[in-house]
This record gives sequence, structure tokens and C-alpha cells, in this order.
Amino acid sequence: MRRSLPFLWIAFLASVPLWLGDPYFLHVLITTGIFTIAAMSLNLLLGYTGQLSLGHVAFFGIGAYTSALTSLGFDVNIFGLRIVHEPWPVVIGFVMGIVVAGLCGYAIGKLSFKVRGAYFVIVTISFAEVTRLVALNWVELTQGPLALNNIPPFTVSFPGLGEHTLWGKVPNYYVMLVVAVLAYAVIARLVRSRIGRAMIALRENEPLATSVGIDVTRFLVLAAVVSAGIAGAAGGLYAHFVRIIDPDIFLFIYTVTMVIMVVTGGKGTLAGPIVGGLIFGILPVFLRAYASPVAQWIIYGVLMILIVFFLPRGIVPAVRAWWENRMGAAAVERTGAPIERAGADAHS
Amino acid sequence: MIAPPSSAHAALSIEHVSAHFGGLTAIADMTFTVDDGELVSLIGPNGAGKTTAFNVITGFLKPTQGEVRYRGISLSGLKSHEVANLGLVRTFQKTSVFGANTVFDNVLIGVHRHGTSSVWGTLLALPRVREEERRLREEAWEILDFVGLAKRAGELGGALPYGDQRLLEVAVALAARPTLLLLDEPVSGMNASETISFINLLGKIRQRGVTVLLVEHDMHLVMNVSDRVVVLNYGKIIAEGAPAEIQRNPEVVRAYLGQGVKRA
Repeated sequence: MRRSLPFLWIAFLASVPLWLGDPYFLHVLITTGIFTIAAMSLNLLLGYTGQLSLGHVAFFGIGAYTSALTSLGFDVNIFGLRIVHEPWPVVIGFVMGIVVAGLCGYAIGKLSFKVRGAYFVIVTISFAEVTRLVALNWVELTQGPLALNNIPPFTVSFPGLGEHTLWGKVPNYYVMLVVAVLAYAVIARLVRSRIGRAMIALRENEPLATSVGIDVTRFLVLAAVVSAGIAGAAGGLYAHFVRIIDPDIFLFIYTVTMVIMVVTGGKGTLAGPIVGGLIFGILPVFLRAYASPVAQWIIYGVLMILIVFFLPRGIVPAVRAWWENRMGAAAVERTGAPIERAGADAHS
Repeated sequence: MIAPPSSAHAALSIEHVSAHFGGLTAIADMTFTVDDGELVSLIGPNGAGKTTAFNVITGFLKPTQGEVRYRGISLSGLKSHEVANLGLVRTFQKTSVFGANTVFDNVLIGVHRHGTSSVWGTLLALPRVREEERRLREEAWEILDFVGLAKRAGELGGALPYGDQRLLEVAVALAARPTLLLLDEPVSGMNASETISFINLLGKIRQRGVTVLLVEHDMHLVMNVSDRVVVLNYGKIIAEGAPAEIQRNPEVVRAYLGQGVKRA
């Protein structure tokens, strides 16, 4: 039952465009999904290693700009050196976005080892602000405030069927879903492995973790690279779906949105950012029909305060605790590293 | 390779190590050795520098002077996880477990260094990685059986009674399969019967060929289990020898009685 649950979820999500008639709502679902992917990536860093990056949107934006520029092409002069880049296929741009964001994650991860706690938070905020200023002022490359537009949408090619450009919302929904499932699988495999246990150990008790031979630098950097790469993938999806990006993509409010999604859903749980992402992605759309814009923001804020106040560990851990309480089950899977009962049976 | 000067056979040799905190001398010119398979106790009144010595040996603190060698390898400049990977694993004076994780997961974290799984191997769930994961889980169960915590495998580390938490600490350290185990006041907070079963456990650990360096205030325990005792006072070694000799040593008696008649 437990094993088949994720597949049932995927089947359900894959069926959504078949019965959902409203194209606007499908659009909302796609952007919600993209931000949920970003929230999942932030959760790897914030939830599993305990490092708070308040500049996470930088990786998202870097992925978006890299992917857009690689597929649009550019022509810039750097200190008299003219660099001309011809447009490349979108898929290559998308991969480039992941790689460049991952490299930036590597740099930030290395830095996180030197500066911890509040200083790390400040460094990451500054990093995001610097990337925003670069995007705003390097007009030759990024068009600055004029925005990069006419970004090509994704194309897919099947052998024998030729190439298809994904203009509509339904194909883009499926592209988003595929990336989301892959991102989830990558994070799930990592956190449930020896590597994920090392990350959790560093979060819980760093001196004890190092005393049994866990290398702090290695696992913090690894988490930062994977996290940044997935955020870059979300950014790439965003660029080719919305097809216009400007420096506002780097705004602090987007990082805050991701943090809210992770913290309300339940940091350090696999399902947490998805639950938080769906609530805070779709909620504004529902509210729009019933409340004025001002009232919407008030409801949004009140809901967030209520969740954090009454469920400080987040929705998913609270529901799980309630469920286990009801079922009288032993406390397992608090850490994302569940005990396999098969092993227990052999010994009892 | 140049053999360490103090003793050619010593597994661990601490050579002229000093550690200062500002003007305070925590350890002054400390030299002693631990041989393979030995159980050596480091004793002394509070503030004598015992825990500081542990911190220096395991790479948690840089010594101001001197050098620590393990099996001929200098530990100078090594980070604590690198020291652990040479087989020196410590426990902490203040109880230190992964409180929010289950007892089993605590030990599973402990076996970390026996794994070699790469990131790509993990992401692709290669058979080799799955096989390794199965082996690590078996090792963790074996350790839990060894220390007698298997019944509590599913409980949270932080929710265990105090004595069991201390036992879990030792289990986590043993999971890292040390060749030299450094125990920092392992029985403090244990009741009398727990202490007795801990002495039995210590015997079983030694049967596995693990060398032990012990810091402990329970003199009954120290005199019972130690091959040799090193006595520290104000950061200096004031005596070293077999337990019986130490008990008769006038300087040791003075150091302890001079502190008042607390059960040191």
C-alpha cells in the first residue's frame, strides 16, 4: 500500500488536464508546480541539512536566465572581447541552466562552511541581490528592465514523429510534472540513503556526526549543489513556460514564498513542500473569487500565522503524528530514514 | 617511516602536547602513550584537562604545542572526521545522541564510514548500493544486539532513560568500528546496576581487540578495569602506572584530598 501510493499520486496528477476544463486554473497549476519544485529543492538544504538559504531564488533566476539566454542566443562585449552565441535547442538551455545553477550552489556551499548561522543567511540574501543587480544592469546581455521576451517554448522530438513545439498549456503541464517527479525522486533517493542520513546527522548534532567520521564540508556542499541544480531546473521551466523574464524574478518575496511553502508544509519531510506549495500556490486563486485583493493578503497572512502557531513543525508532521497516534504505530520515519521492518523481524 | 620517539610499540602517543585558552593552561607538556589492546584511564580532579586532552586527540581542538600520533601517523591538522576515519572514535562528556532520531537510526548514522556509496550510485539505486545499505543495516542491528539496545530500536534517542542514552552513545561510537575508543565519563549518570553491566560491556569491547582510553570519575570502575592509569592535575601528568601503584602514590592522594573529600 505504502509503496504504491506515490504511483497513485502520479496517476492522479497526470489525469488532471483530462478533466480540468478551465485553462486559467491549469496555468495556475503549472506555475504552482514550478514553485513547488523550487520549494522541494529549498527543503533539501533547509529541512535536511538545516542551513537556511534566504537567497534561494538566485538559483531559480540563474537557471531561468541561463536557459533563456542559451536558447535565445546573445552578442556581448566583455572588455573588448566580443562573444556571440547562436541560439541552441531549448533542452540544451534547460540542462545548461541546471549546470550553471549547480555551480553557483557549489560556491555558496563552500562558503557555508566558512560562515554559519546568521552570517550564512546574510551572505545568501546578498548573493540573490547581486544576481538581481547584474540582471538589471547588464543590459547588453539581459535587456535589463526591458526583460527577455520571446523565449522559445520547449520542443520535444520523438524518433519517427518529428519535432513538436509545446505551445499549449497541457503539454507544458506534463513537462512540469515530469521534472517535478524526477526532482522528487532525486531528493527522496538521496535523503533515504546513507548520504541523506549524514545530512540529517549534521543538522541534528554536528560534533557527534563528525566524531563518527562524517565530513561536514562534503555533505553540505553536496546538498547545496543538488538543491541549486533543482532550483535552476524550476527556473528553466518557468522561463520557457511564461516566455518572458525580467530581473524581478530575483525578488526576495519569491524566496520568502518558498520558505513559507517549506515551513508550513513541514521541513525535513518529503511531502511537506508539496503540501505547502499546493496550499500557497492555489489559495490566492480561490480567494480571488471571494475577496478583495487586500482581504486576500490578510487571509493569506492569517492562515500562515495560524499554521505556524498551531502546527509549528508543519502540516505533514502533524498529520503523521495524529495518524500514528490513531493507529498506535511506533514512531518511525521522523527523519526521512525509515526503519525497514523486514530487518526488525529477523531480530525479534 | 620514522617511529615515534616515545615508544616504538605505542598505538597512540601524545608527545609534549600543550593547550592554552588565552592565559589559561589547560594542558602543559603532556606526554603519554597507549599500546594496542590496552585500557588506559585518564583521571584527575575537575578541570585537570582530561576532556581537553580528548579534544586535542580527536581533532576537535588544535594543540598550542606538541603532536599526537596514531600508529605512526601524525594527527596534526587533521579534522575530526579524518581522525575518526583513522579509527579513533570518541564519546562526549555531556550526553550526545541524535535525539530526534530513532535508536536504530542513531546507530545507522554511526556506521556511516563503512559505506562507500557514491551520489550517482545512490540516485540510480545500483544493486551495489542496495547491497551496501542492507549490509549497513545488518551491522547496525548487530551493534544494537551487542550493547543490548535492540529492544528499544524504534524509540527516539532523546526519549530514552538517561542510562540508556549513555549506552546509545557508546553504541554509536562502536558502530563507527573504532580501533581506539575514547570514552569520556561513560558511567556518569548511570545507577549502580547499570554501571556493573557497563563494566561487562567494556570487557566485551576489549575482547573485540579495541584499545580503550577512558576518562572517568568513578574510581571503583577505573581501578577495576584499567591496565594503566594516568593522573592529571592542573594540566600536568603527576603520576602514571598500574592501578595498585596509583592508589598508593602520595602525590595522587594529595591531589585528590587537597580538593576536599568529594567523591572525585
